[in-house]
Amino acid sequence: MNRFDLTSRLIAKLKNEEAVVGGIGNTNFDLWAAGRRPQNFYMLGSMGLAFPIALGVALAQPNRRVFALEGDGSLLMQLGSLSTIATLAPKNLTMVVMDNGVYQITGAQPTPGATVADIVAIAAASGLGNSAWAADEEDFERLIELSMSASAPTLIGVRIDEKPGVGTTRRDPVQIRERFMHGLGVREPL
Amino acid sequence: MAVAEVPTSPQAAQDNSAQQQTWHGIVLQSLKRNEISLVPYVPDRVLTTLIKNLHADPFFTTFPTAREEEAVGIVTGAWMGGRRGAVLMQTSGFATLATVLASLAIPYQIPLIMFVSERGTLGEFNYGQSLVCRTMRPVLDSLAMEHHTATRLDEFEFIVDRSIKQAITTQAPVALILSPLLTGGKVFDK
Repeated sequence: MNRFDLTSRLIAKLKNEEAVVGGIGNTNFDLWAAGRRPQNFYMLGSMGLAFPIALGVALAQPNRRVFALEGDGSLLMQLGSLSTIATLAPKNLTMVVMDNGVYQITGAQPTPGATVADIVAIAAASGLGNSAWAADEEDFERLIELSMSASAPTLIGVRIDEKPGVGTTRRDPVQIRERFMHGLGVREPL
Repeated sequence: MAVAEVPTSPQAAQDNSAQQQTWHGIVLQSLKRNEISLVPYVPDRVLTTLIKNLHADPFFTTFPTAREEEAVGIVTGAWMGGRRGAVLMQTSGFATLATVLASLAIPYQIPLIMFVSERGTLGEFNYGQSLVCRTMRPVLDSLAMEHHTATRLDEFEFIVDRSIKQAITTQAPVALILSPLLTGGKVFDK
C-alpha cells in the first residue's frame, strides 16, 4: 500500500467536516497533497504528537470525528500516548499508523522496531482493543468506515511502501493553526 | 462588630480571602474562573492536593499522561478545538519540553499554560534535580517565553489570573514556576 493513495482514499470519504491531524514529515506532506481542507492540521515539528493533538481536538469537540495520521517511527516516540487514549476512550477518534519500518525522510534508515515490533499488537496491549491491520486498500476503507460509528477509539495499521510524500506542506504554522480553527468553527476569519 | 473586622473595600476583602486560601485553591479557582477545564499532568509530590481536588471537581477533565510532551500536544489540540487547558508538571518534566515548545507551542501561537512545581532548589536533596533545575530558566529565556516564579501567597492569585489572561489574549505560552517558598517544596524525610 502507499501513503498518498490511502490518504486520498480517506479524504474522499469525509463528508462531515471531519478533522484530520497529519504527523511530522511525509505523513502531513501526503495529507497536504490529498487536498487542502480547512479541517486539516499539519504538524511541522513535535515528532510523535499527532495522536495527542488529535486527542485534544476529540476531547474539545466530542461530536466531530477526528482522524490522526502518524508514522511508525513517530509513534515509537510516544507509545505512552496509546495508554492515555485508551483510558480516556474518545469514541470519535480514529488513528492510522503508516508503517514502512523506516525513517523515510531522513534517508530510509530502519526504525528500532522495524523487524521486531508489531504496532497493532502494541496498541491492543496498551488498551486500544479496537486495533487492526488493514489487509489491503479495500480493507482500509472498510475499517475507516467502521471506525466512524465505533463505540471506542479505533487504531488502524497499514503497511506501506518506502516512497516519499508527493507534496510539500507550506511551512506557515500560524496560517495552518488559524485555518484549522476556522475549519473547526472555533473562529471566524478577520 | 468591631470596625476592623468589617472588610472596608474590595481590596481588603480580597486580601482577607487570600489569607484564608491555599496556593492550590488559588490555582483551582483561577483555572475555573478562566474556563480552563482540561488539565493533563505528570504528577509531583507538591502537586498532590491540587491533583486530588481537580479530580474531585466535575468541572475539570484531569488525567495523567506518560510524558509532559504528550500533555502539551493534548492541550494544543484542545485549544484549536475551542477548549482551554493547562498542564501540571515538575521541573524535570519541563526539561523534556524544549523541542515541543520550539516546534509547536511557540510557532503555532498556542496559549500553553504550564504550572511547574520547582524542584532542585531551597533544600533539594537530589543532585540531579538541582542540576536539571538550572536548565529551566535559561530554556525559557532563550525562547523569550513569559515566565514567573511565584513565591508569595498574597501575590499568587494576581500572577496566576493575569498570566492566564495574557497567555490567551496574546496567544503565547506561559510558565508559572511554583517555588518552594510558596508550596513548601519537597524535603528529605527518608
